[in-house]
Amino acid sequence: MTLPPFQLLVDAHWHDVARLAAALAPPGEAQDVSQQAWTQAYAAYPRLRGADNLRSWLLTITHRAAMDAHRARARRPDPVTELPEPALAPATSAAADVSASAESDPALWAAVAALPVRQREAVALRYVCDLDHATVAAVLTTTPGATRRLVSDGLATLRRALAPTSTDLAPSTAHSPAHSPDSPADSPADSPAEDRS
Amino acid sequence: MTDLTARLRSTLPAAVVPPTFPTPEIGYAVHDTSVGRLLLARRGDDGPVIASLYLHEAATGQGAADGHDTEETALTRIARTTGPRILRRAAAFDKVRRELDSYLAGARHDFTVPLELSLATAYQRVVLQTLGRRVPYGARASYGELAAWTDRPKAARAVGTALGANPLCILLPCHRVVGASGALTGYAGGLAAKQALLALESRAS
Repeated sequence: MTLPPFQLLVDAHWHDVARLAAALAPPGEAQDVSQQAWTQAYAAYPRLRGADNLRSWLLTITHRAAMDAHRARARRPDPVTELPEPALAPATSAAADVSASAESDPALWAAVAALPVRQREAVALRYVCDLDHATVAAVLTTTPGATRRLVSDGLATLRRALAPTSTDLAPSTAHSPAHSPDSPADSPADSPAEDRS
Repeated sequence: MTDLTARLRSTLPAAVVPPTFPTPEIGYAVHDTSVGRLLLARRGDDGPVIASLYLHEAATGQGAADGHDTEETALTRIARTTGPRILRRAAAFDKVRRELDSYLAGARHDFTVPLELSLATAYQRVVLQTLGRRVPYGARASYGELAAWTDRPKAARAVGTALGANPLCILLPCHRVVGASGALTGYAGGLAAKQALLALESRAS
């Protein structure tokens, strides 16, 4: 078993690593996080045993780098964190964004950034990176059942956040304790606070 | 909102840029020349050149391309010897490219870049080093002569195999070795490339 030349990994996966970093990193730190992930991967690469799943290896490193960045940010009192996110344009400005290609979707990614962290990790790993539930569970060191629930809660939150008029969704708060571990996967009513009138 | 997961899969959260790296163990670049496409590799950004290999040129289909490496197979071959920390490094090859281009334009007869035969076996190394010492620009030798110079006069065929495995094409001039009759036999870059190199060197005098 020989490991492929590192450049082939970069060519095949840098886009996915950048996407995951952008979905998970603190605001404005996505590029640092993906660069950090690549630096760590390059350092560890020759000692890696087995070339079976290099992509999920890279994405695991990227996930860890993003979480490290959040922890580092939490440790240092930084007034910048109080500012609104500069990297993510508001929902209405897609047309004005000069870097916007057909592939840009600022409203969606602003909503992803606003997800609770575990939901955001699960949704990003499952759909941004297209990993199956077993792999997502391994990255998050939890069970596939738990990741399914996180993904489904995350998608529900995103659907509400992206709904055309949020007032339509106002509140049957009666069913809301959806974040308890026993809650059904597709609980319709785990409204985040900002949706309540 | 049925397309939510599709949007997550296909859209970009922000502009993304490829990563950058400090000096790698092995850097490489692809260089298109008048005799074919070469993959050049060296240690670090200014260490010795360890590979100059003809690559398959899908665009032109020139020569007997069937045996040629692709970028991926060539890198994989190099990685087996050097380890897998190999990165594209276009800027590290400016001088090598200039010397190759200048040689192919007839303006230069030798190369100043340091070479290393780490991709060759012990016997290939002996043959290729002897070639470098004994067969100067514009000269030709036969496989048998080279075999005799390496003290194995009956090893013409082994010499041919060793030259065929030359990891430093053009930089170590295996194209100057021809059959005893003067016939051009095989060449990693194809016979047309060998012909062109010999014609180039015989024009200058």
